[in-house]
Amino acid sequence: MGKITLHSVRKSFGEVDVIPSLDLEIEDGEFVVFVGPSGCGKSTLLRLIAGLEDTTSGVIKIDGLDATDLPPAKRGLAMVFQSYALYPHMSVRKNITFPLKMAGMDPALADARVTAAAKVLNLTSYLDRKPGQLSGGQRQRVAIGRAIVREPKAFLFDEPLSNLDASLRVSMRQEITELHQSLKTTMIYVTHDQVEAMTMADKIVVLNAGRIEQVGSPMELYRAPANVFVAGFIGSPKMNFVTGPEAAKFDAATVGIRPEHIDVGPGGVWHGKVGLTEHLGSDTFLKVAVDGIGAMTVRASGEIGLKPGEMISLAPQANKMMRFDGAGKAI
Amino acid sequence: MARAASPARKATVTALAWVIGFLIFFPILWTVLMSFHSEGDAIKSPFAMLASPWSFESYGEVQQRSGYSRYFMNSVIISFGSTLLALAIAIPAAWAMAFVPGKRTKDLLMWMLSTKMMPSVGVLIPMYLMFRDFHLLDTRTGLVGILTMANLPIVVWMLYTYFKEIPSEILEAARMDGATLRSEIIHVLTPMAIPGIASTLLLNVILAWNEAFWTLQLTTSDAAPLTQFIASYSSPEGLFYAKLSAASTMAIAPILILGWFSQKQLVRGLTFGAVK
Repeated sequence: MGKITLHSVRKSFGEVDVIPSLDLEIEDGEFVVFVGPSGCGKSTLLRLIAGLEDTTSGVIKIDGLDATDLPPAKRGLAMVFQSYALYPHMSVRKNITFPLKMAGMDPALADARVTAAAKVLNLTSYLDRKPGQLSGGQRQRVAIGRAIVREPKAFLFDEPLSNLDASLRVSMRQEITELHQSLKTTMIYVTHDQVEAMTMADKIVVLNAGRIEQVGSPMELYRAPANVFVAGFIGSPKMNFVTGPEAAKFDAATVGIRPEHIDVGPGGVWHGKVGLTEHLGSDTFLKVAVDGIGAMTVRASGEIGLKPGEMISLAPQANKMMRFDGAGKAI
Repeated sequence: MARAASPARKATVTALAWVIGFLIFFPILWTVLMSFHSEGDAIKSPFAMLASPWSFESYGEVQQRSGYSRYFMNSVIISFGSTLLALAIAIPAAWAMAFVPGKRTKDLLMWMLSTKMMPSVGVLIPMYLMFRDFHLLDTRTGLVGILTMANLPIVVWMLYTYFKEIPSEILEAARMDGATLRSEIIHVLTPMAIPGIASTLLLNVILAWNEAFWTLQLTTSDAAPLTQFIASYSSPEGLFYAKLSAASTMAIAPILILGWFSQKQLVRGLTFGAVK
């Protein structure tokens, strides 16, 4: 079991409210991603759940039991840190065994568990090495190994892939997702990377300045963002926003349209000059200076032959336009 | 970019370094030279001494008169005892200051260090009276206690500096892994800080070994360490240079050898964290 509930949880450092009263429910077995820009309080929230920070007020329940004042060791959660936080003086085997040793587990039993975890994570041939002799990806696997041997109620990941290079990040991302599918244990994953959030999560929690902006499945957030912040944060490249008289035509203070929902071709309502073009092979991203609106990003096919300086017309797909009121809320 | 130095400049700098090194080492060399000559020859200039016959006579006399081993054992017990006790107190203290600092931690550290700025003689009388009343005069227990207290600020400061270099995430990982505070300090923090702890230990042993104020004031015979052994040969009249030198050489030799073998560790520890 691994159901985690937060009731009116608040955290302040001195005068500063990092997290002003927040409620959240995480169901057993869910893969929940906390996402938001740096400084939004997502890591602090994770550390509150872990017990590494004390709440200023509010209640944290794990499986229905009040865990607010329990020390980290007693909460039954395991955490994987951004810096891996391996014990540099211990071999890989000892690193993974450490939590079992702390729990007073029979050494033979502990050894069997470590061997099994090492097999799952492809670490069998590295068990006698020190963390310093491993690559970044291997170190992160050891950190995950150390977490899984404990069979925790939930896994907490604090930006675990940030220190890895791009290609390794993609493969580790898939490994963690597969791990979740096989273990079916609750996972809470903190990241500032919305691609990780979209690809891994069952449920995304978008945070901004310590407040929850929206909670939902990746596609819910993509299709129906609750406000301008979520609309701008989820999706890559970012959604285009139009304000002023052009937005007023749609009876909104702001309208948003994603780059992939704008068609390039004759007959469009917007006209502009192509600026920067980014060719990704499969797609081309165009920065277009649209008359009367300003800069806009457009996703076109990879084969498109447009050059900087060319004039084009753009047609936004009407049914994909999103409208927001003066306070930034979706209409 | 490497700076190009002319060979003449290099030679001058090297020669100068050797001269300065020799000047610093000269008193020790002189002491050792005197110890290997008879009392008559020992009062000659160091250069004249080199030409005089060498002798082990002073060492024999010193050993016969005082019995080196008793003083040596006292020095070992007092310096290692006070250092280990100071480490046992300072490791948890430095852990708290480095990883769970309060608002006044910096002030507390400064205040601790400020106690080292006061001359020991300033508290001689109350200390002496307390030692007398608690029957600690001329006991190893008393000396271990006072040297522990005297060097504790330095030990805490050094350990605090090393601990600050250890990423707190690793200790948090230990907490998540179910480690109690005690296990966290014993299984994670201490092994990671071994280089720092080792150099703190060595430096403190050296300081305690050479401590010559409290050891001379508070001991007479039973707990007397090597500082007393040397002092017992300084007398206002008579020829005593060779014997005094022999006693000094015997007193400093163990710590000099220890320092020599551990200098790599000592330098590594003292410059720990200077370059990341």
